[in-house]
Formats: sequence, structure tokens, C-alpha cells
Amino acid sequence: MIPAAFDYARPTTVDEALQALAAGGEDAKVLAGGQSLIPVMRLRLAAPSMVVDLTRVTELRGVREEGGDDGALVIGAMTTHSDVVSDPLIAQHAPLIAQATETVADRQVRHRGTFGGALAHADPAGDLPAVALALDAEFVLAGPGGRRTVPAREFFVDYLTTALAEDELLVEVRVPKLAGQWGMHYEKFNRVAQAWSIVAVAAAVRREDGHIAEARIGLTNMGPTPLRATASEQALAGAVAGADAVAEAGPARRRGNLAQRRPQRQGRLPCASRPGAHPPGGQRSGRSPDVGVSRATRELVHRPGSRRRGVAGAARHRADRPLHARRRPGLGHR
Amino acid sequence: MTQISVRVDGASYTDEVEPRTLLVHYLREQLGKVGTVVGCDTSNCGACTVHLDGEAVKSCTVLAVQADGSEVTTIEGIAQNGGLHPMQKAFHELHGLQCGYCTPGMIMASIDLVGDNPDPSEHEVREGIEGNLCRCTGYQNIVRAVQQGAAEMRGAQQ
Ligand SMILES: Cc1cc2nc3c(=O)[nH]c(=O)nc-3n(C[C@H](O)[C@H](O)[C@H](O)COP(=O)(O)OP(=O)(O)OC[C@H]3O[C@@H](n4cnc5c(N)ncnc54)[C@H](O)[C@@H]3O)c2cc1C
Ligand code: FES
Ligand code: FES
Repeated sequence: MIPAAFDYARPTTVDEALQALAAGGEDAKVLAGGQSLIPVMRLRLAAPSMVVDLTRVTELRGVREEGGDDGALVIGAMTTHSDVVSDPLIAQHAPLIAQATETVADRQVRHRGTFGGALAHADPAGDLPAVALALDAEFVLAGPGGRRTVPAREFFVDYLTTALAEDELLVEVRVPKLAGQWGMHYEKFNRVAQAWSIVAVAAAVRREDGHIAEARIGLTNMGPTPLRATASEQALAGAVAGADAVAEAGPARRRGNLAQRRPQRQGRLPCASRPGAHPPGGQRSGRSPDVGVSRATRELVHRPGSRRRGVAGAARHRADRPLHARRRPGLGHR
Repeated sequence: MTQISVRVDGASYTDEVEPRTLLVHYLREQLGKVGTVVGCDTSNCGACTVHLDGEAVKSCTVLAVQADGSEVTTIEGIAQNGGLHPMQKAFHELHGLQCGYCTPGMIMASIDLVGDNPDPSEHEVREGIEGNLCRCTGYQNIVRAVQQGAAEMRGAQQ
């Protein structure tokens, strides 16, 4: 199928993009990498009257550092997944992002899909929202009235819904640099290599004198938005770094981790979801993050500061299965 | 309608397209490059893979207007000096296909993979072509073909 007809704007600056978005009214849609938007437009699950293509807005592309050691990494919204995977600054300061991004989709999709697009899309099964949440990232949004910064905890509002207003753009994401001895790991459970997470866990742990000084754990696809496993984080903080602490932080904390308030619906629905996907709320909320939390943190406790290549976690679950044994994926069949 | 200028398989074209035209439909219907095929509606199968400015993309998930000013290479443009590209030759010799529908995309994705990783292991090949589905072969011969094609491409470069 082909998309319904639309008007097309190809701005080259953020200001032009904001103007085009304003002129397009509430049916206007931002097109980033198009790897979520074009499929839903092809299936006519979305039919925007105006598409504002950010591909030529070069100021939105790339990764830079801000401030010194206690500064931040600033990732432009239009930085593609494959640029993220090979970026030296991300490898140095936030390897968790590269590791998770390497598990996203496939080479072709990673060449087009963008960091900002994946976050603005806010699919609970997307891999990057939980990572941004675990790393306490901040989202810089530009609108007609200027720019504002929204913390990750407030950016993900509900299923496919973010704090972005109709006339706003996600410009860049600031990831605070982590001081101290941190280990990070992304553990993804998926049935098909190119498909979405069934569940996944993004963990970052700081070690100090054999103890876990601080743990940050983001959960993918265990609720309508990415979640922080706050109960597990609290159980780990201050504990002796070892298998016991990890075991204690997992199963026993399940209720605490998932008992997060369902956020108020506000902001916009970026677009229809993957075709056939269901809001994970009700039927999925019982899904247990225990195994993931345990595995991801165990990984860190045993290999503090280790920087395993991105495919690590996910690959272990898929490498042992020949490609031909995989279920035929469809956007909606998770 | 929007005017676009693209280079496809070494030739320049300037055409009027509707913004909603997918790159794959432009290639097939306006340029007659039917070697690139469509295998799904969900951006999953990879049959439509082409190179856009040197990177493998799914041409069903790119608008033709987005290719304006770009260089596109399709399966029809990879033959070298009148002979098959080493990757095409390897698919042919190792029987890396049955019905052949997935083959153009498999070959374009594989050439892209080998560009990044000239000597991929079996596992790396399987990961590298995870965006391409084959309903016939069971992948065994495809993986072998990609490894042989990679070896020949390495040889060709020396
Ligand atoms: C076959 C396939 C498999 C995939 N597998 C995975 C996977 O395993 N894990 C995963 O995380 N993702 C997966 N994806 C999705 C992929 O990561 C997409 O790239 C991503 O979700 C959207 O990014 P995009 O740049 O393509 O955005 P688009 O598709 O262009 O846009 C997505 C939405 O975000 C909005 N938007 C985009 N950028 C901005 C901005 N700067 N400001 C405001 N709004 C914006 C758009 O209006 C649209 O509503 C898969 C996609 C495909 C096709
Ligand atoms: S036709 Fe493009 S991915 Fe299937
Ligand atoms: S050979 Fe028939 S789909 Fe691959």
C-alpha cells in the first residue's frame, strides 16, 4: 500500500521546521527517519495532511560534549541509530546507549531511524526510552515560544504519548555524564532478532569500595511507558556488590517496581502504533521484570565497568537460534 | 508534485513525483527498475533493499522525495565490467536462492554488510542480514554465499 496524499515540507533549519509545523496545523506530522511513521502511513493507520521532513535539518544531527567531566553528552534528535552505534563520545560516556541501539531492528532500519524519532515515538517496546530514563536524560524541545527542557521522567506520558506538544520538535537529548566507576548493561528478550523487545532491562550501577553505591534500572515494555525499577534500585543501593544483593533486588521487588502511577494523559499521540500492537497496560503489566533485572545487574556486579559490545545481551538469546527457526516477524506480531 | 533529481545506477534522472510515492515505486514504475521488489507491507522483509548514498535502506520505507539529490544503487547497477558482482556470483554458485524473490535485497544487504565487515563470521552474517527474510531456502546457502562473496570482494580489492 502507499500512503494517503499529503503536503510535503523539507525545511533546513529548526526555525523553518517549526514554521512548517505551525502552518500545517494539527494534522501535520514530523518525519525523522520514517522507520515508524512511513510503515503506519503505508497501512493508512496514520494519514497526516502535511509531513515536515527533518532529514535536511543538519543542525539536529550529531553528538557533542557540553561542560567538563560533570557536563553532558548532547545527542541531536536526527542522529541515526547507526551513527549512535559508532559514535566515540557515546562509546566513552554512555556505552549503554550504543549497546541498546545495536539491538534495534536491522542494519537497513538503523541507517535511517533516528535517536530522536525512537524517543518521540515512545513505543513502550522501543529500546531507547528505558535507556534514556535510566540515564536521567533531559529532552530539549523547541516550540514557537522558544525552548524548554523536560526530564525523562516527565517526557514519557503514556502509551505512545510524550510531553511534546503538536507544534513542538524534539531537538536534542542531554545525557548527564556519569562520575565514578559505572557499569552498564542492556539485556533484551526478543523472539525475533529484528523485532521489538518482549521485555528488556537497562541497568547502570556505580560501585564504590565493593558496594553498590547507586543503581539505575529502566524497564522496556513492562507498562504503557518505560519504567524505573525503583524498588530494585533502592534494594541495591548500599548493598555489598554480589549475587546476594542482586537476588534480593529481583523477585522480591516486583510489586514495588511495577506499582507506578499510571500517568495522566496529556501531550500528543505521536502516531498510531505498530500495526496491531496493543497498549501494554492491562494484560502486560503482570509481566515480571525479575529475570531481566537479575541478569542485567548480575552482569554488572561481576564485570564492573565492563564494556561489552552491544550485541552482547541480545545476541546471546538469538545466536543460539538459527535464523530460519525464527518466527516470521510482522510489525504487529510481537 | 515535487521535482526530484537522482542518480540511479550511474544515470541521472529528473522527475516529478507525488510526495507519497515510495522510493521503491519510483524505481520500479517510473524508471522501470523492476529488479528491486516489494515483499511486504510492514518494512520487515528487506526484499526492497537498495543503497542510498552508499548505505543499505529499505526502499519501501523511504519516500522518493527523500532521495532527491542522492545516489541510489539497485541490484541492476552492481554488475562490474559486464560481469556479475562477486556477491551475485557467489549466490549463483552456492545456490543461495530458490524462488529468488528475496535475492536482490539479500545481495544488496550483504554488500552493505561486507563494506563494514569484510570478513564476517557465520554469526555476523546471520545478524547482518537479519532485516532480510527468505521464505524458501532456510538461509544455509545464503549464509555460505555471503561468506564466499565477502572472500571474493576481499580478493578483488587486493
Ligand atoms: C522492521 C523494524 C523493526 C524495528 N525494530 C525496533 C526495535 O527492535 N527496537 C526499537 O526500539 N525500535 C525498532 N524499530 C523502530 C525504529 O527504531 C524507528 O527508527 C523508531 O521507532 C522511529 O524513529 P524514526 O527516526 O524512524 O522516526 P519516524 O518514523 O520518522 O517518526 C516516529 C514518530 O516520532 C515523531 N518524531 C520523530 N522525530 C521527531 C522530533 N525530532 N520531534 C518531534 N516528533 C518527532 C514523528 O512525528 C512520528 O510520530 C523498528 C522499525 C522497523 C521498521
Ligand atoms: S518490501 Fe520493503 S521491507 Fe518488505
Ligand atoms: S529464495 Fe524464495 S524467498 Fe528467498
